Amino acid sequence: MADASAARTTAELTPAEQAVIRPPLVLNKRTYGWIGNYVSSIVEDKTPIWWWICLLPCVLLTAVLGFCITYLISTGVGVWGNNHPVGWAWDITNFVFWIGIGHAGTLISAILFLTRQKWRTSINRAAEAMTLFAVICAAIYPGLHVGRVWMAWFLAPVPNANGIWQNFRSPLLWDVFAVSTYFTVSVLFWYTGLIPDLATLRDRATTKIKKFFYGTLALGWRGGNRQWRHYEMAYLLLAGLSTPLVLSVHSVVSFDFATSVIPGWHTTIFPPYFVAGAIFGGFAMVLTIMIPACAIYKPLHDLVTVSHVDKMCKVILFTGSIVGYAYIMELFMAWYSANPYERAAFWYRAFGPFWWAYWSMMFCNVIAPQIFWFKYFRTHLVWVWIICQFPNAGMWYERFVIIATTLSRDFLPSAWAQFHPTWVDIWMFIGTFGLFGTLFLLFIRFLPMICMFEVKAVLPEADPHHGEKH
Amino acid sequence: MANFFPKWTNQLPWKLVVCLGVLGASVTAGITYYFTPKYTRVGYQPTQPVPFSHALHVQQLGMDCRYCHSFVEVASHSNVPSVQTCMSCHTQVKADSPRLTAVRAAWNGGKADGPPVNWVRIHQVPDYVYFNHAAHVNRGVSCYSCHGAVNEMAVVYQHQPQSMSWCLDCHRAPENNLRPPGEIYNMNWKAESPEQQREMGLKFKEEWDVNPPVSCGGCHR
Repeated sequence: MADASAARTTAELTPAEQAVIRPPLVLNKRTYGWIGNYVSSIVEDKTPIWWWICLLPCVLLTAVLGFCITYLISTGVGVWGNNHPVGWAWDITNFVFWIGIGHAGTLISAILFLTRQKWRTSINRAAEAMTLFAVICAAIYPGLHVGRVWMAWFLAPVPNANGIWQNFRSPLLWDVFAVSTYFTVSVLFWYTGLIPDLATLRDRATTKIKKFFYGTLALGWRGGNRQWRHYEMAYLLLAGLSTPLVLSVHSVVSFDFATSVIPGWHTTIFPPYFVAGAIFGGFAMVLTIMIPACAIYKPLHDLVTVSHVDKMCKVILFTGSIVGYAYIMELFMAWYSANPYERAAFWYRAFGPFWWAYWSMMFCNVIAPQIFWFKYFRTHLVWVWIICQFPNAGMWYERFVIIATTLSRDFLPSAWAQFHPTWVDIWMFIGTFGLFGTLFLLFIRFLPMICMFEVKAVLPEADPHHGEKH
Repeated sequence: MANFFPKWTNQLPWKLVVCLGVLGASVTAGITYYFTPKYTRVGYQPTQPVPFSHALHVQQLGMDCRYCHSFVEVASHSNVPSVQTCMSCHTQVKADSPRLTAVRAAWNGGKADGPPVNWVRIHQVPDYVYFNHAAHVNRGVSCYSCHGAVNEMAVVYQHQPQSMSWCLDCHRAPENNLRPPGEIYNMNWKAESPEQQREMGLKFKEEWDVNPPVSCGGCHR
């Protein structure tokens, strides 16, 4: 039943009522029509010059990556700097780095969906795309790390003429399953969410090729009642399926380290601390990409508002603090355990030859994001972008510190050695950014980067009760 | 919405699924059949430089494997006989046979310094596999289990795939191939029945403490 206050406009509300009213998710009273037209126009308009200017370096770097991979496969995995005792080095560092970045997409799309956080609608599409591209970049490294790349299919439990199976007790195998499951579910989730928007693009398409392209991808979507019901159910189920994956994937990645007996790795704090770190780094990467994208397509600021950025900064602050707590707890446990090897491992991290990596990590991940306590820095996009570069760099340093510094001190002092990256290590890492950028630019150009139908659903027009209290 | 796609495309999805399913199954079946050692290795029967017949020497004349392959019990490698071994008989028997031209050339009138007979190797495991003949024949595994009925082969061919899974089949259940020590080189010996083989094999396995390695390091040292 509608009560009397429903009839009043916002201006007539008492100050107490105004304080609790939710700010609109879409600014400037944008309409259904405007959202559909504008988001589609990003795909439909003539390719802008900036797009080509950005694509060129990205494609060149992807080509460098391709060259490095070809060189590595044809020469052998020894072209990397990995060697005794640092058998895992930049390759695994980069793998964990990229996988971590992939976590924001699923968190935004699944957990925020299930918890009815409606602000997710304008960022989930791009964040999920970023997840997929990050996982693709990540998958390159373990695929090459196996050494004989043509034997990489041994990772899959397929019956073979060798009569052997994978070691199901190895966390490395769990990792294969965790990451491939994550990728599969993320693709399904992303694509399912795209279908109604693909149908929109199909209906607006003017050329035969576009009609065929979007028509095929839209899978015959007509937007009927029954289709929407199936869609909603499928999306809900996929969200339910993805939610545990947000927590499980990086937990399993952390098992690669935590189930070993290496001092500095063998800790129970790893799974939660890795998950928090992944969300931390992932949100930073989402902002790193979304802020420039919205700066280019300025009207998108009505959809991805300062309030969105503010909320994401809060997530970064929260998860960054968890990561900082974990770092300090690791140090505390090293002391409190009274285990001389554990103490030595952490002493070496902080004051050994890799001290610069350790303190870069500490500064970037623990100290720098604390500036987000100030609203000014959460709401001014240039500042946000600059500050987000610290988690981006810091999370890479974290993985490097965990992997390379720990391994460089083997159990026997005679085996101690430093790690030095080769040019292949360096260019492959830079090259994956090229691949990531290329994929993202293609995504912006050919698919709707904002989930149109979901954003329309958070407009006031979509609410049949118009704010009535019941 | 306009119809961009003709009506027949309605049937396309399930047709694609069926075709891809058939294609996938065919490729899998094809690879399983044509690209595994069961197909690629079994039956390999190269022409040898000397038409030596195991059927003649073993089956008809009753020679023991170890007369020629003399180190099989004491070495990891089962040797191909030296030319002296051949000529210990063939200086007397069929000494002028044209089939033995290559052997006589290697013999070189007793100096044994001629060009060696270039036998073509048939059974070959990769370099990263360490196989020890002595360890097998001294613990109840017959020549027959891996090489088949060589005594009936006029020209030797590969009888078993000798793939890794084939090795592991026996390493995981050696009782199916263990036989009495006196019958190791008896190529005609057969167990009375599969049940009897199993019962006997289990007994030998127990008595001789046969524990074949199934870890990587067992063979890939």
